[in-house]
Amino acid sequence: MISFQNVSKIYNSHSVALENINLSINPNEFVSIVGRNGAGKSTLIKLLIGEEKPSKGRVIFGPYEVNKLKPQELPDLRRQIGIVFQDYRLLPMNNAYENIAFALEVEGRAQSEIEEFVPQVLDMVGLTQRAYNFPHELSGGEKQRVAIARAMIHRPAVVVADEPTGNLDPLHAAEIVKLLIKINELGTTVILVTHNKDVVNSLHRRVISLDNGKIIRDEEKGKYMLA
Amino acid sequence: MITNLYRIIKYGIQGFFRNGWASVSALLVIMLALFVFLALIIFNVLTVNALNVLRDKIDISVYFQPDVSEEDITKVRQSLESLKEIKSIQYISRNEALALFQERHKNDETISKAISVLDDNPLSASLNIKANDPRDYPVIASYLNNENLKNLIDQVNYNQNQLVINRLAKILETGGKIGLGLTVILSLVAIFVTLNTIILAIYSTKDEISIMRLVGASNKFIRGPYIIQGALYGVSAAILSLILMAPLIYLSSPYVKILMPEMNLQGYFYGNLLKLFGYQLLFGITLGAVSSAIAVRKYLKI
Repeated sequence: MISFQNVSKIYNSHSVALENINLSINPNEFVSIVGRNGAGKSTLIKLLIGEEKPSKGRVIFGPYEVNKLKPQELPDLRRQIGIVFQDYRLLPMNNAYENIAFALEVEGRAQSEIEEFVPQVLDMVGLTQRAYNFPHELSGGEKQRVAIARAMIHRPAVVVADEPTGNLDPLHAAEIVKLLIKINELGTTVILVTHNKDVVNSLHRRVISLDNGKIIRDEEKGKYMLA
Repeated sequence: MITNLYRIIKYGIQGFFRNGWASVSALLVIMLALFVFLALIIFNVLTVNALNVLRDKIDISVYFQPDVSEEDITKVRQSLESLKEIKSIQYISRNEALALFQERHKNDETISKAISVLDDNPLSASLNIKANDPRDYPVIASYLNNENLKNLIDQVNYNQNQLVINRLAKILETGGKIGLGLTVILSLVAIFVTLNTIILAIYSTKDEISIMRLVGASNKFIRGPYIIQGALYGVSAAILSLILMAPLIYLSSPYVKILMPEMNLQGYFYGNLLKLFGYQLLFGITLGAVSSAIAVRKYLKI
């Protein structure tokens, strides 16, 4: 479903973010991508969602050849992907309900669907009581749950979580990971980019390790190892 | 489609109310721009009015020899009326001239007495001629200097007033040009300042724009609410600028009346309130919406 074919991203001769990456991710997989800062994890995600273009190689996502998409074709691609960021990236002027509903609104979904699905998803992430709070009124863990709800409400094929637990304490981090597992069990591919050793080791799923822009390890049921 | 339009309008209105200080500053700047625009409209109305009043005061008077018959004067008048440069001709007979003269000097005993001792009316019949354009007076004057009319006409006062008339014509023309130039320059300044303020206001929401892009919002869906918001700034600014102008009109109206007795500024303002509001709306909405569209373009490339 997702494949990177001979992908390199070179900013300049001193800065090579990714070098000759080949990997593929199958439907319904739960993949962790680990590596040090600057290993190329975030670049990998940016290439997948079309935020940046590879210097070489092809990035395939379902029917899309992402590296060839024009700016006006990106919204369609991104509606197939749910994205969760370390810094939440919620719309500050919109409350939790509106932030989640936004993902359906951009697709042009009917108001009746929004009214049906948003409360369900709020319930799933345990935020029914906080529906009308604005992001600045929510804790970090709550914000991240809103972000996850927004990433999954439109039933995307893939949920990409880029360091979703980076700003959270272990308890809240565990909650977020539990939610991601639940999303994966519902049939969605999950790509988790993380630094968090405990999280990765507790998952017992596929782990791809990056170092200096190269894949150094790709194991089914892997562990967090950087060397 | 309709759902999307509804959502774009909803987000536009929501942004207008939730953006706080960014909204207030953009609104104030557009309001100032509209205020300048409104002041320029009123300034132009005043200048045009002043020019018309001045223009109306310029004329050529033709004084006939005392022995010229009314019939001959009518002939001259008819021949003048065929000139396309001429707007109006007023005939003042000798008796009318005398009556006017007496009326004008009724408080001056010496003159009144002097007239009463005269047997004959010493005044000439005259034609008061107004041209459509002040620049046409030389043409009319040269027509009147024609040989055939020489023995009928005592004097044409244009020659004495020529300098003043030409100078007035120049002043009128320059006044109009300066008004137009000012309008263009100040409007450009207002547009530029507004554009910059809105770019700054939208700059503060550039992260939101990138979030919307990443969630899969199309450019239309992102741009739409900003344009609606810009238009709302325009509508509110139009209303506010008129409210701000009202007391100024009230205060300045008496002074304008001293300078131009024919001009009722307050009457003009309230008589044309709807039209002025229409201009303000049109200019405000265009300024707000176009500035927003230009400003948001910058951030739609992620």
